[in-house]
Amino acid sequence: MASQMVMYDEEFRRIEAVCQKLGRDANARVVFVIDKNGQLIASAGETANLDSTSMASLVAGEIAATGGLAKLMGEKEFSTLFHEGTRDNLHISVVADRVILVVIFDNRSSLGLVRLRVKKSAEELTQIFEVLKTRSEQQGQQSPFAEITDEDIDNLFSV
Amino acid sequence: MSFINYSSREINCKIVYYGPGLCGKTTNLQYIYNKTSSNAKGKMISLATETERTLFFDFLPLSLGEIRGFKTRFHLYTVPGQVFYDASRKLILKGVDGVVFVADSQVERMEANQESLENLRDNLKEQAYDIEKIPLVLQYNKRDLPNAAPAEDLSRLLNYLGRPEFNATATTGVGVFDTLKEVAKLVLQELKRGTR
Repeated sequence: MASQMVMYDEEFRRIEAVCQKLGRDANARVVFVIDKNGQLIASAGETANLDSTSMASLVAGEIAATGGLAKLMGEKEFSTLFHEGTRDNLHISVVADRVILVVIFDNRSSLGLVRLRVKKSAEELTQIFEVLKTRSEQQGQQSPFAEITDEDIDNLFSV
Repeated sequence: MSFINYSSREINCKIVYYGPGLCGKTTNLQYIYNKTSSNAKGKMISLATETERTLFFDFLPLSLGEIRGFKTRFHLYTVPGQVFYDASRKLILKGVDGVVFVADSQVERMEANQESLENLRDNLKEQAYDIEKIPLVLQYNKRDLPNAAPAEDLSRLLNYLGRPEFNATATTGVGVFDTLKEVAKLVLQELKRGTR
């Protein structure tokens, strides 16, 4: 079965810091990091009025569909997508083969600036996810939930 | 692939509703959505055609409560059931933690049920999953229809793996939450075992 993704506090803070820095450097409204299965990992910027859970699942679906198209065309993947709106624009890129970096920006920024800054942040994120991968592997096969009982699970459904 | 976040103390799991076209996968999600309190659910997204056939997927995020201080979140997805959407079905199975196979009880859909289950086996295999190992629950839907085959026949034809099975009428909600609870339990038990 596919391996679990585990996020630790230290790496989470580093990822958040990258998102915040990218948001500032690219004059972006919002920055998200999402895993390819549609789980939101971290975000920064004006997220209050955004349904980030829905966005994460739709962006992951979009990357999956585009990946399917790429395969049909004999490409490995289309690693960057850009959507232009009247007010907001969306820049989506695959990082380290397993996560998706999403930047929402308006006319205070430009596609060129976003692309430039995303490239730098992608390198930093790649490093962090490498560390995370090694760390999860080192933690061994022991599940962090080995301690939970069947009763704990039953209790979830008793309400 | 579950996602365990120690920082926000969350476990996220993905459950996929699979089955032949018009068997009631979307209806299951709609019923769950309608009956869940607003603080436990997110928005339900349906990527459907103009005639309300699922085109890509439906998505419903649910919070079930806490286990040992970890919030448990389940992301429910449906696949498009129509045969020619196979490429989309494969994509949605990526990273799945548990599957609900929704069968259409009507006698004339028996072949479609079997085909879809075979298709599930093949598509799981392509993602390096084994149908014999993945948390799987079967739901025999549309039990209220006059042309529904006996549940024993469905069980014999489809449940050769001996998985938990439920009779359901998703339009009125019969069996919908029983099915969901069972698959969620299986997923959490798998997580407990730490099988990777």
